[in-house]
Amino acid sequence: MSTTTTDVQSHGGHGDHEHNPYHQHHFTTMEQQFDTSKLGMWLFIVTEILLFGGLFVGFGLMQHQYPREFIEAHEHLKQVIGGHLMPLYGSVNTIVLLISSWTMVMGVNAAQTNQQKKTVRFLVLTIILACVFLVIKYVEYSHKFHDGLLPGIFYAHQSEDLIKGTHGYATFFAFYFMMTGLHGIHVIVGIVLLSWLAIRAKRGDFNSDYYTPIDLVGLYWHVVDMIWIYLFPLYYLIS
Amino acid sequence: MSTHTEPHAHHGGPKIYTANLFALLFLTIVTIAAASFNFGSANVVIALAIASVKATLVALFFMHLVWDKPVNAIIAIAGFLFLGIFLMFDFLDVTSRVNYLPNNMPQMQNATPAPDTMNPLRTAPPRPLDPAPAAPAVQEEHK
Repeated sequence: MSTTTTDVQSHGGHGDHEHNPYHQHHFTTMEQQFDTSKLGMWLFIVTEILLFGGLFVGFGLMQHQYPREFIEAHEHLKQVIGGHLMPLYGSVNTIVLLISSWTMVMGVNAAQTNQQKKTVRFLVLTIILACVFLVIKYVEYSHKFHDGLLPGIFYAHQSEDLIKGTHGYATFFAFYFMMTGLHGIHVIVGIVLLSWLAIRAKRGDFNSDYYTPIDLVGLYWHVVDMIWIYLFPLYYLIS
Repeated sequence: MSTHTEPHAHHGGPKIYTANLFALLFLTIVTIAAASFNFGSANVVIALAIASVKATLVALFFMHLVWDKPVNAIIAIAGFLFLGIFLMFDFLDVTSRVNYLPNNMPQMQNATPAPDTMNPLRTAPPRPLDPAPAAPAVQEEHK
């Protein structure tokens, strides 16, 4: 996989199985190589689903144990807009991630159709949207830190309505920071991977014969989006 | 993708992806709107149902499962199937126990124990408040 740019350009062209510089010798065809990589990626995705699945089960158990505390604590994830409590940050972040999923799939499509400039542009757009997501997350976390709405033993919120039954609130914020934090780490990993792809795409590594890395990182990015699709209603919309 | 002459013949295009994006954004608005109404315990079910529709749309179109070889979809479905088994047994466990917190866990103030849905008579009484921490220490000194 460490082939240089010149090799790629000199060996471009359809059906050039034997000479494609990215064709590894232990695969019969480029198609077999692509399918194998993709199968491996899907197996990894299943482990991701089960990892977050375990955390969701823990969240469900604790919500069952502290139903009242969880509902009261989740109000602190909302902001007052026009006299109503609305999940402003959560909703905006949901929309940002959905759009970034679209720019990602458009980038994959551009790579599949040999549109190099478009590929780079969509990858950079995806990175920008991922950064917007993290900035909003940072603002959200800062408010929580300031209010002492911290996980577990660090919980230090002092207002009258939330000091009672501290254990339930502390548990809620432990799960909140654990799950959104782990999701945030996935977003950071995604940004690193997308930057690597953008550099390679700009160098001209990808074309309709070889776009495996973009496709696989695309799958990863959609999983990150999919996890947020479940995180959002469970944390921001429970009632 | 049997030959490389048409490497993307089986894939969707920008039109399908854009339509999918608008469907996802629409469902996001629906789920936020649905949360502002009080349907009681159905709220969680509605929210999770909409989330599952959205996740399915992402998997089918953005992740190309519709056009892919079936083996990838089989793996994905297997993942969710086992997650379902996990959730199901977890649900059975929660609904058939009085208390599932460990005995040595420190007692906390005013935690509301959940009612035992299978057997209301066995529902745990409210937990006692923590005894004053100084009291046992004083007793030990007298010994």
